[in-house]
Amino acid sequence: MCLGIPGKIIEFVDEHNHIAKADVSGVRRNVNVALLRAEGIGPGDWVLIHVGFAMSKIDEREAQETLKLLKEMGNAFEDEMVMLQQSQIE
Amino acid sequence: MKYVDEFRDGEIARKLSLEIASISAGQPIKIMEVCGGHTHTIYKHGIEDVLPSNIDMVHGPGCPVCVLPMGRIDDAIAIACQPNVIFTTFGDMMRVPGSKGSLLDAKADGADVRFVYSPLDALKLARENPDRQVVFFAIGFETTAPSTAITLLRAKAENIKNFSVFCNHVMIIPAIKAILDSPDMRLDGFLGPGHVCMVIGMRPFTFVARDHHKPVVLAGFEPLDIMQSVYMVVKQLGESRAEVENQYARVVRPEGNPKALEAMAQTMELRPFFEWRGLGFINHSALRLRPEYADWDAEKRFEVPGIRVADPKACQCGEVLKGVIKPWECKVFGTACTPETPIGTCMVSSEGACAAYFNYGRFSMAAQRSRLPVINLTPAPAVASAPASKAAAVVSKEAN
Repeated sequence: MCLGIPGKIIEFVDEHNHIAKADVSGVRRNVNVALLRAEGIGPGDWVLIHVGFAMSKIDEREAQETLKLLKEMGNAFEDEMVMLQQSQIE
Repeated sequence: MKYVDEFRDGEIARKLSLEIASISAGQPIKIMEVCGGHTHTIYKHGIEDVLPSNIDMVHGPGCPVCVLPMGRIDDAIAIACQPNVIFTTFGDMMRVPGSKGSLLDAKADGADVRFVYSPLDALKLARENPDRQVVFFAIGFETTAPSTAITLLRAKAENIKNFSVFCNHVMIIPAIKAILDSPDMRLDGFLGPGHVCMVIGMRPFTFVARDHHKPVVLAGFEPLDIMQSVYMVVKQLGESRAEVENQYARVVRPEGNPKALEAMAQTMELRPFFEWRGLGFINHSALRLRPEYADWDAEKRFEVPGIRVADPKACQCGEVLKGVIKPWECKVFGTACTPETPIGTCMVSSEGACAAYFNYGRFSMAAQRSRLPVINLTPAPAVASAPASKAAAVVSKEAN
């Protein structure tokens, strides 16, 4: 919950409700980007995702490093990915 | 900007450790890492083994699952067991023991308890099941409170009336205050919780430096982030400074995320007081829904026992959460209390100090207890005499 997973914004799905599709380690799911609209957010941006919400923009190198670190965590990362795969945010 | 591939560079970590040893000159220093995510990184990567032995990392209360008192778990189970309810929760909460079992036990007994990844998934369940009451078990510090807030805003906008939130959001600043005021705690500095700061910014931590004269460094979650943050705390101590510094500037803006704070303020307000496991009742330390959101407040919609339940006698989560004892010093650690059969919350969550220590730390316990004296950390004279160029470079880059 505290760590957050890096994902790459692919496209907006519902601009009005601030929903965008993100790619997280190959899994594509919708996330809410309302908190980053003010600073500007769009396709290609990397973000840190906490419980389905993009909380912070990060640069790509950092995103890749964080993903590598999370993968090394094993179970904690796999559990998070399983939960993410079930997610059907609209 | 810090170079990312240096985050986990062992050589830089060792050089930082040498710098820390040199500045602190063997003086015992206790630094609390407030956040459970930091505790996880520290154990997972054996950071305590890399740090000089006079630096003592004390694990703080920043694990939302851990600090929730047993009475609130009982309340959650009471709601989950009401007819027609779909009770939704993050996976972490499922195995936390209440006084009469966990949510997982309630599920086995027939309650409709479901994991969700996001509060927005719970809202979707409510849309799809208009004849059921869908309740979201909201837990977490300021990192997750904005997600609950935005979900509530959307529930109101769409007028989804069969959705409600059992709000248990807590705030880190009152907990830090309580720890600073606790007579059995002597701390020299803090690593601030990076992702909470991403929301609330730097300013709320000012009182720690100004009123308590303790350094605070807002820290990232990579092993080298932690090493560098410890270095920054020790450097402040060495220079008799007490300031709030931002090591995690690549994510934490000084003002936090105004949009997130606004969403929280629109939907939630301070509770007069809230009970924390281990820390007791703390004034203005948690959030409840504002009166305008009463229709979405599970505590108003359902009867909850609301009874205070004491922790099991054997459980010392309270002392662990305050940093008074280390996980392995608890009487039931690793024997009666394990991640499979947890007695206390600190053994349940992956961010809990006991679970982190059980999973990673205990194997190096012997090594840790006989950590080498500071001077022996110097691997070879060549390294010792070299200017701490790379480490210093990392630090100055970040400081810019």
